[in-house]
Amino acid sequence: MIFYVIRRILYVIPIAIGVTIVCFMLIHLAPGDPPDAVLPDNAPPEMVEEVRAAYGFDKPLPVQYAYWLSRVVTGDFGRSIMTQRSVASEVFPAVLNSLTIAAAAIVLALFVGVLFGALSGYRSGTLTDRAITFVATTGISVPHYWLAMVLIIVFAVNMRILPATGMGPGGSSGFAFNLENLRYMVLPAIALAVGPAAIIARSVRGTVSEIRKQDFIQTLYAKGLGPTRVFLHVAKNAAPTLLAIIGLQTAHLLGGSILVETVFSWPGAGFLLHSAIFSRDLPILQGAVLVLAMFFVATNLVVDVLQTFFDPRLRRG
Amino acid sequence: MTDQTLSLPLTERPAAIRPSTSYWSGVRRRLARDPVTMICAAILLVILAAVIFAPLLFPLDPYKTSMIRRLKPPGTPGFLLGTDELGRDMLARLIHGGRLSLFMGFAPVLVATCIGATLGIIAGYAGGAVNMGIMRIMDVFYAFPSVLLAVAISGALGPGIINGLFALTLVFIPPITRVAESVTTQIRAQDFVDAARATGASATRIVTGHVLSNVAGPILVYAAGLISVSIIIASGLSFLGLGVSPPTPEWGLMLSAMRQAIYVAPVNAVLPGAMIFIVSICFNMMSDGVRSAMDVRA
Repeated sequence: MIFYVIRRILYVIPIAIGVTIVCFMLIHLAPGDPPDAVLPDNAPPEMVEEVRAAYGFDKPLPVQYAYWLSRVVTGDFGRSIMTQRSVASEVFPAVLNSLTIAAAAIVLALFVGVLFGALSGYRSGTLTDRAITFVATTGISVPHYWLAMVLIIVFAVNMRILPATGMGPGGSSGFAFNLENLRYMVLPAIALAVGPAAIIARSVRGTVSEIRKQDFIQTLYAKGLGPTRVFLHVAKNAAPTLLAIIGLQTAHLLGGSILVETVFSWPGAGFLLHSAIFSRDLPILQGAVLVLAMFFVATNLVVDVLQTFFDPRLRRG
Repeated sequence: MTDQTLSLPLTERPAAIRPSTSYWSGVRRRLARDPVTMICAAILLVILAAVIFAPLLFPLDPYKTSMIRRLKPPGTPGFLLGTDELGRDMLARLIHGGRLSLFMGFAPVLVATCIGATLGIIAGYAGGAVNMGIMRIMDVFYAFPSVLLAVAISGALGPGIINGLFALTLVFIPPITRVAESVTTQIRAQDFVDAARATGASATRIVTGHVLSNVAGPILVYAAGLISVSIIIASGLSFLGLGVSPPTPEWGLMLSAMRQAIYVAPVNAVLPGAMIFIVSICFNMMSDGVRSAMDVRA
């Protein structure tokens, strides 16, 4: 097991390096001179030259990359054009806020998705199954940023029972675990959770109905086990697949939160990205994308390892 | 072969023999019997026809603004679906906007399918170092959540339709390459490929003659499922201020522009998003239907 974990980590390293290369190239993808991309428009020429030397923009690309990477590993992502504060001090609190709402959403998605997926898988072929499958397909198809708007219209504008935007009363941007702050999480969490819940429900349904068709389930019943005990066996067999889907969805939530956070003005990484795009703040864009992508890579690694923990057969692959 | 069978009178031919049906005619028959798929196909056809032909047949002006007619509710005489925040006709804008939204949904998937299928077939057929090289590069792009990658690339490039299309295409190449690679690897291990090679067929001939016809189905089914994702992300980019720029009508951009109007005219505000939703759900239902019709085991 420990060798497998080490092998997985070694395998992730080239991917992580690739991710940093893509993020590094984002600055060079931008039209115009690279120093212009990381400086305000009205920057004096001597500042441009200073940045050019400091960032090594006058050197060949691989050297620039090495410069950049050596700064990034120490946590120096450069400076925001908008606020002139360090990118790290802008990005990390925002990512934390994103994780808060993503965690709420994934718990919700898991609960709903597993419950209805298992129900659908157990009632495979019946009207219940068809209804759940239909709702799940609807959930996959709905543009989450539009759903977010509809939720605001229904629950905040018409019914006035939940706040429309923001993270807490009085425009606060810190998280506090109390009822008032939790109310601000409800709508964004629902808007984010619908897609993953639908995908989880569909895969749980598929896995459960596939497992229930297998011979050993018949054997278990024949042996005299009750439905509850048999369900435990089904659940154990479905766990690895379920885990893979959950991991993937958790990671995708962070990316998908960009649009939902924008609609709800939730001060997370997505909202930060949105304002960075509007003000052409490329250092922030680069930093936020890098942190989110690294988080995605790490989540996938953890899921891979957990999956083989549950299903040792996968280790041979 | 005996003389007896040849001289068998026509009337005595066993009645049970049905005209041989091909796999695809079976698929078509199963699809025609699936009401959900047929309804979704009909809705999509209507939307497609409206988007393509309505501007040619009726005088629709999606740009004419009017300060006194702002945010009229749907059903206002002359404005079937009301007006937007600048008093422009919603129906005209939805129809014109659909052209761009649907195009931005289809085009990236189409281009990505061509590039991804080529890369995947090469990787799958060549195997070895070529496979490693191509697939590891794909793994890197796979390491980004799709929306994040699209936003990152078009965010760096700046707003614009071309930049948006480029970003979306790049997002869809890795998953299609992966599917193409895994299907090709499976096909390559089959006996008929060995047989073709034994007869002296060149690699090009085997790929175009044998591999391509077998991998095209799974790749196309997978790509079709991506169209709704593409429409949602493309409109999402415009929603964020990337992709299409105002005043060009596009569903995502219209939705974003109407966000301030949700307190005054909620119905008008959600209309563009409802269009994205309808198109995307129809595509998903249809690709589910096609997939199960192509699944012989079912």
